[in-house]
Amino acid sequence: MAVDVQDVPRRESALLRALKGIALIRESAVGVIGLAIIVFWVLVALLADVIAPFPPNQNYLPLATPFTPTLDGTGMFWLGTDLQGRDILSRIIHGSRKVLMLAPLATFCAYAVGIPMGLAAGYKRGWVDDVLSFLSNVILSFPILVLYVIIIATIGSSALNILLAVTFASAPGIMRIVRGLVLDLRNREYVFAAETRGEPSWRIMLIEILPNARGPLIVDACLRVGYVIITIGVLGFLGLGLPPPDPDWGGMINEFRVMAMSFPHMTVFPCLAISSLVLGFNLLADGLREVSLRD
Amino acid sequence: MLIFVIRRIGTMALTMLVVSILLFLLLELQPGNVAIKVLGPYSSEEQRTLWLEANGYFEPVYQRYLNWLLNFVTGDFGDSVRFKVPVGEILWPRLANTGILAVATLAVVVPISLLLGVLAGMREGSKLDRTISVGSIITTSIPEFASAPLLGAIFVFWLGWLPGTSGMIDGFDLTQLILPVMVLALYDFGYVTRMTRASMAEVMMTHYIRTAVLKGLPYRVVIMKHALRNALIAPFTVIMLQINWLLSGVIVVEFFFAYKGFGALLLEASLNQDIFMIEACAMVAVFVAVATQTLADLGYTYLNPRIRFS
Repeated sequence: MAVDVQDVPRRESALLRALKGIALIRESAVGVIGLAIIVFWVLVALLADVIAPFPPNQNYLPLATPFTPTLDGTGMFWLGTDLQGRDILSRIIHGSRKVLMLAPLATFCAYAVGIPMGLAAGYKRGWVDDVLSFLSNVILSFPILVLYVIIIATIGSSALNILLAVTFASAPGIMRIVRGLVLDLRNREYVFAAETRGEPSWRIMLIEILPNARGPLIVDACLRVGYVIITIGVLGFLGLGLPPPDPDWGGMINEFRVMAMSFPHMTVFPCLAISSLVLGFNLLADGLREVSLRD
Repeated sequence: MLIFVIRRIGTMALTMLVVSILLFLLLELQPGNVAIKVLGPYSSEEQRTLWLEANGYFEPVYQRYLNWLLNFVTGDFGDSVRFKVPVGEILWPRLANTGILAVATLAVVVPISLLLGVLAGMREGSKLDRTISVGSIITTSIPEFASAPLLGAIFVFWLGWLPGTSGMIDGFDLTQLILPVMVLALYDFGYVTRMTRASMAEVMMTHYIRTAVLKGLPYRVVIMKHALRNALIAPFTVIMLQINWLLSGVIVVEFFFAYKGFGALLLEASLNQDIFMIEACAMVAVFVAVATQTLADLGYTYLNPRIRFS
């Protein structure tokens, strides 16, 4: 009985399938809200030059409370100004750029290191697994912020060093997740088939196993971007972040933290901005998990 | 069981050893940098050489590491560059202060999150479950460094109920502990709640719960006598691991509220390049983290007979 080739539906292109996958998120209300928050901030970051009412580093009226009109009466400091008279709204808008570039980039780097480690540990097993697992346990045994503080305080603070520190601290966690997924997938029939065909192990790991582990990894990546945003923020908050004067949310909180109780408007709005962005990624991750568990 | 305990403690010792090597490589590999940190940037080349000579820094690296490790294990952490006194004198009182903060936080987090987690997991998908789940996502999305100024603005600036700093200058003051604990608890309880919920929901799906319900036991008895005992094993581990997170959180909270604790000390030491203080703080932090992880593992094994007897 020959199967008619015509009957087998053609596989849709990868792009179309990816788009359909993204569209699935609309089944989860929580996920849609999360995605909307993220899209909002991405748009803000892209259009920062257009929508920011003032240049972010320009000094105007110091310590204006929210809704103070400008001196010439043509504009308004919607969220007030800081001690140096810079418009807080404009600084928040421009600050979104840094965090939205650095956080996904750092997450990507962590994955680029963690995935090969996890694939090797899970697929090769043996001493490779033992060594990698032990090393990642060692790094994960550090309280995370202690690790960041020591690394950044020692090697200095710059965007590149933050990237390195995030990669170093996050790759072990990613490795652990990938390893767990691979341990489950390596006994599937298609992996045995590939092994029988004599495919090299790198090909089996990258082409056969990795794409089938993508579901949980995408959810994890969303959560992780959220964590990295917190990390960048907290480093800025502790005075170990990106150098001034360009706005950076964590740094904005740090600059005026001693006045947070007397002039809260200078710190409250950056706090809300960063929390909302993290919330967006967390909600999206929750929505994705919900949708992926459904079918 | 005994073999398991010994193996876990062995792993813990090995982890600490590797951590100490990493720290040593990061901070002390280049003796020149150590001399600059200890003697300051304006010391002369000659002074540095003399200091390095006197403190044995010209010996080979492994020899230096072994000496360093020996001193460390015997409790000699060296002198703080900044305070000019032995590191221990500053470190231990600060650690005790952080202990107070951590115990107070856990005393708030554990009952609340267990209760909410059980309520949510009891009837998965119910309105209460969704509310608690989304609520816990929201609170874990507000990092400590954001909730500290936010809560400060509310309770200190607008309401004026609480003091804005927790320096404890005039002796111990409970009101100064409220805001730091609130900030830490707000961030931590969401995670424990979600884990408890997941564990509870899983237990509720099991056959023995269905049997208990079907044989007509009151729902309260099913939950209290049958579900809870198994559902609370996983949260136990999560709570123990939470101490690791708490150690990160105290850095932020103690820094913001000027609380004289371990986290603030670690941060000050790092910012001031107080090298021996950094080393001691880092080792203590990792020790606390690894020790609680080991305890969590042992406790989990002890509580779960399926693992204990296999």
